[in-house]
Amino acid sequence: MSDKTLVHKKNNQLIAKLVSVVMLMFLFGYALVPLYDVFCDITGINGRRFVQSTPQISGLNESRLINLQFTTSVAPDMPWKFSPMTKTIEVHPGENKVVKFSATNISPNTVVGQAIPSVSPGIASLYLNKVECFCFNRQELKAGEQVEMGLSFFISSDIPEDINTLTLSYTLFNVTAVNQNKQPI
Amino acid sequence: MSTLVKNNNKKADIDDFDHAHDEKPRGIMRWLLTTNHKDIGTLYLGFSLLMFFVGGAMAMVIRAELFQPGMQIVDPNFFNQMTTVHGLIMVFGAVMPAFVGLANWMVPLMIGAPDMALPRLNNWSFWILPAAFSVLIASLFMPGGGPNFGWTFYAPLSTTYAPDSTALFVFAVHIMGISSILGAINIIVTIMNLRAPGMSYMKMPMFVWTWFITAFLLIVAIPVLAAAVTMILTDKYFATSFFSAAGGGDPVLFQHIFWFFGHPEVYIMILPSFGIISTIIPAFSRKKLFGYSSMVYATASIALLSFVVWAHHMFTTGMPLAAELFFMYSTILIAVPTGVKVFNWVATMWRGAISFEVPMLFAIAFIILFTIGGFSGLMLGITPLDFQYHDTYFVVAHFHYVLVTGAIFSIMAGAYFWLPKWTGYMYDERLAKLHFWLSLISVNILFFPMHFLGLAGMPRRIPDYALQFADFNQLVSLGGFAFGISQLLFVVVVVKCVRGGAKAQEKPWDGAEGFEWELPSPVPYHTFSTPPKVK
Ligand SMILES: [Cu+2]
Repeated sequence: MSDKTLVHKKNNQLIAKLVSVVMLMFLFGYALVPLYDVFCDITGINGRRFVQSTPQISGLNESRLINLQFTTSVAPDMPWKFSPMTKTIEVHPGENKVVKFSATNISPNTVVGQAIPSVSPGIASLYLNKVECFCFNRQELKAGEQVEMGLSFFISSDIPEDINTLTLSYTLFNVTAVNQNKQPI
Repeated sequence: MSTLVKNNNKKADIDDFDHAHDEKPRGIMRWLLTTNHKDIGTLYLGFSLLMFFVGGAMAMVIRAELFQPGMQIVDPNFFNQMTTVHGLIMVFGAVMPAFVGLANWMVPLMIGAPDMALPRLNNWSFWILPAAFSVLIASLFMPGGGPNFGWTFYAPLSTTYAPDSTALFVFAVHIMGISSILGAINIIVTIMNLRAPGMSYMKMPMFVWTWFITAFLLIVAIPVLAAAVTMILTDKYFATSFFSAAGGGDPVLFQHIFWFFGHPEVYIMILPSFGIISTIIPAFSRKKLFGYSSMVYATASIALLSFVVWAHHMFTTGMPLAAELFFMYSTILIAVPTGVKVFNWVATMWRGAISFEVPMLFAIAFIILFTIGGFSGLMLGITPLDFQYHDTYFVVAHFHYVLVTGAIFSIMAGAYFWLPKWTGYMYDERLAKLHFWLSLISVNILFFPMHFLGLAGMPRRIPDYALQFADFNQLVSLGGFAFGISQLLFVVVVVKCVRGGAKAQEKPWDGAEGFEWELPSPVPYHTFSTPPKVK
């Protein structure tokens, strides 16, 4: 083999390796999406981890009181009024509670909404257990219709000592356009 | 560093070339079809200079608007487009192509290679760039305007609230990315396979080393940017929900992906500078570079660390304390290898026989001013302080110190350093000195007061401001206009130097080292068809 073809072969092998690095890194960019979700689920660090829990029977800790605050907002294109009927509540860890939120469709059309929760501090989402929540499903309201939506929850008794106040916020998004598939998120 | 000896046959070889092979096509076709690394280097440098002025004109619009409080000249949406496109053009159109241009010109000469390893690919990586920037600039004239979400294009600004022309922005970024990746692959293959016999890795000139590492950063980081813009595209136009909370996504995820690219990107824009400065400081101190191998290891550790610090841009997104601490410590750790570099440059100058020609002046200004930018970076890296500085003019001051008085000053230094080699003529030292001093003074009037504006709470990317910021903004704008005008002097010097002047010797700087200085000035069109010998 001549020198020139040898160099060509060497070059091509190296190019193949470098191009595969490029491809892998492009895929890695996409892999960050599920990785991020898994990471957040495990650590609860961005306040988005919520699973349906069964009510707690034991573990009531009456020596502590946690202050829970509720806030709501609606996305700019969402023609609903949406507010918590209880703004703050004090609960003992392990105690089951139900709070209500009120939603009114103030538009002349039927609108489907999806509430997205977020907890602050984020880490506290690991200890806020939802037994039943309107955010588990999409909500459909006819023009002018009003509903009360319930949230049943308890706070785990192993919540760290330094968390005494949590804020649970819901943002309501208009998902009318993408409502073909009724699966909750 | 290696000591180089002349190839005994070299003179004869070059004479041979001068007569037999120095033919090149004339006119526009020469430039369109060229596969010659020197031609392509020139194209990159010329394009980067053009983009420097286009992006600079946008900066002038920004500074004119901010000259006085209140809305003066442009409407807020146009102002936002100016800040966005100014950033994109300066990063992807001015700084990065300038470094690629220098690499094209100098890497083959420094390692004794006849050309880049993949010359035809090289032609393509350059010529898709003007296309990308035409698309980006054209998007400014679309109905609804061009990109207005900042060069960092955070979702949902770049999805839900973005102008209709966002697809053009995405397309342009894709082409720029492909150009950078192809350029980086070419540089890696050239360095790994075409070094002159005897040039081991630890004998490579520092500029080659820093570019070698930069090229790896490029092929690892740019594809992540490509993924991020693609997700923006599908979120905006094809109803995916990567960054939309309504569909189960998370806008904070965008920031993670973007900055996973973004932080290595800032080192892509500074590592080649380190190489240039490490070349120039020894040449004008007439000493060897102090601590060559520590320079190599410092560059490599900066590159590795750059992948584990990205969330220092996101301290205020509500991260848990443990993550804030991790990213704070890892960020501040980078000061160690960077400090090694600054120490080595100063130690190189220590007791050297220093002379102060223009490349050296820019290099010394680089060391001082880049270090100021590094220090403000440290301040920003400290989590509790960042809560105050975040999104203020302090950040703007910081990254302009590292990018303008850092990257751009090093490019200027390199251009003056190698101009005699490229053109065969000495540049006008008096005009060049004037360019240096005017730039040095005006750039500090431009960016230094921004620190104080930021500390006092002036937010970035806003076309109006509170009255108490008026005086400093006026000063900053005046500095900006002066800096902008001073750069026209650079064009004058370069044009004069291309057209004629005092004949440059083979080695116009007596402390300079490397193969490139053993070639005649101007460098023949073809060089090193027989590799030079390394001692
Ligand atoms: Cu960073």
